[in-house]
Amino acid sequence: MESMLHITTLHYLVLGAALFLLGVVGVLTRRNVVIVLMSIELILNAVNLNLVAFSRLWGGLHGQVFAIFIITDAAAEAAVGLGILIAFFRNKETVNIDEVNLLKW
Amino acid sequence: MSVAFLPGVLQTLPQNADYVRILPEIVLSVFGMIVMVLEPLLDEKTGQKILGLIALAGALAGLAATWFMAQVPGVAFWNMIRVDGFSVFFHVLVIAIAAVVILSSYEYMAVQRIRAGEYYALILFGTVGVALMSSAVELVLIFIALEISSISSYVLAGFRRHEAASAESSLKYFLLGSFATAFFLYGVALMFGATGSTNIDLIAQALRAGPIPLLAFVAVALMFVGLGFKVAAAPFHIWTPDVYEGAPAPIVGFMSTAPKAAAFAVLLRVVFVINVHAIFWVIWIAAALSMTLGNVSAFVQDNVKRLLAYSSIAHAGYVLVAFAAAPQLGTSAVMFYTAAYAAMNLGAFAVVTHFANAGERYVTLEDYEGLGRSSPLLAATLTIFLLSLIGIPMTGGFFAKFYVFSAAVKANLIWLTIIGVLNSGVGAYYYLRIIVMMYMRESRKEIPVTPTPLALRVALAVCLVATLYLGLFPGRVLQYAQDSAQQLVPQTSPGVTSSAKVHTATETF
Repeated sequence: MESMLHITTLHYLVLGAALFLLGVVGVLTRRNVVIVLMSIELILNAVNLNLVAFSRLWGGLHGQVFAIFIITDAAAEAAVGLGILIAFFRNKETVNIDEVNLLKW
Repeated sequence: MSVAFLPGVLQTLPQNADYVRILPEIVLSVFGMIVMVLEPLLDEKTGQKILGLIALAGALAGLAATWFMAQVPGVAFWNMIRVDGFSVFFHVLVIAIAAVVILSSYEYMAVQRIRAGEYYALILFGTVGVALMSSAVELVLIFIALEISSISSYVLAGFRRHEAASAESSLKYFLLGSFATAFFLYGVALMFGATGSTNIDLIAQALRAGPIPLLAFVAVALMFVGLGFKVAAAPFHIWTPDVYEGAPAPIVGFMSTAPKAAAFAVLLRVVFVINVHAIFWVIWIAAALSMTLGNVSAFVQDNVKRLLAYSSIAHAGYVLVAFAAAPQLGTSAVMFYTAAYAAMNLGAFAVVTHFANAGERYVTLEDYEGLGRSSPLLAATLTIFLLSLIGIPMTGGFFAKFYVFSAAVKANLIWLTIIGVLNSGVGAYYYLRIIVMMYMRESRKEIPVTPTPLALRVALAVCLVATLYLGLFPGRVLQYAQDSAQQLVPQTSPGVTSSAKVHTATETF
């Protein structure tokens, strides 16, 4: 019974892959820029989960430290992204991705 | 106990030489911060000039610092950074690009009335990122450097924030860029899982020890997505024309050369780690697609910025041809190509920047009609850059293409070479179209001709001299590129493996 509850690296990887796919699908199908941003964050969290799981597998703290870097970077990216979104909103009064259509062909 | 413990700690601390090995990055960061701090203290008019001069001084100081960096080759910061001929080459290239971009921004800032502080600071910070990318040998650091350069360019792309087009281009660049970075990171995580390390040399060691695990293939493919986005290679090129059209013209000159060169540098390091043949077909397809899609789409463009964007996709394809070729010859061809492309493309964009005028009004092909008569010197300069982009002999573009295709032929990539040569023939058409517009048509519009300011003249002169120098005397740069390509092989066990690797590589030709 106890061995069945044991969580292996593979479990983490499957969860990570699921999060990654959810994120990719979110980016590709959602129309609201804020939700697209959240989906990208979801992919980054999948990466973090993978890194920490692999770190446990190989021993050492490389993966954990890398994950902390990614979290920091995600914060910076979100700040810049929302700033850009506000600049865009001031011009077009929308956060819908379908309206991002001034530049094409 | 703590006293006995101390010397050990001191030994693991970074040594003085470590700091010299990132001196260009330190200098550029410091100058970027000086620009930001001074900006609110100066009024807008005088501020633009002074801050521009400080930023230019920063870039030149960065070039000087690169000379000091070149004196202390080796690794620094616990094998995170390697200073070798390769990283010195790319440092000089990207910092010189930054200097030229700053010079060609002078006039633009005044005409567009952009606040100068953040603009110049972000160019310098972006340069820190791209410079760091070329010397990083640790995936963590490569990621950080990639993000420093990306986030700076996201903001720079949207700098004309009252223009809807600029804000939109920035948003597109940001969304697709961070999406691509997420793929890159997922690849890095899988690579860490496959080899247990994030250091490029250690990864190489682990992968050479046995058959390459499937996880590593997936990892490299995902990393290629992220880097392919950065270099605007098809099928990850969709953002390029939109972003280039909306972003400020001098920034497009920067984005299309510096981060591209640095991403190619990272790709080269990664390609050396993984056996090239592992991702050979991925690169082959990306190269063929980029060249063809870029050139065919450029055919139908009326906007010059968009046209140059598609041309930049095509040029990324030519560089990838060299990637598909075997390591040694291909590497030096890539290095030469990025340098030649930077010179001619920056020059072309500097002319486009000046000619577009306030609000970037004159950017369609029609506007270029009669430019040969109204401002002959400017038209002649642009003509030389365009001829170089075609690949006419005596210009840098010719030897760049020549080395790429000869490397491909030597590596027996006949089909890819044929596609490439056909494409450069097709590509000649749309560059010539601009030249024909300038010289053989009468102007139908009243377009004001503004005198070229000194800063722009200097920028154009630098690009022109570089383009012609690479076209007339390519020997020295190519020799340097070949020498540093030899050092690029990961030093798994110094001396023995690297010379053995060189030997086998030359044998295959």
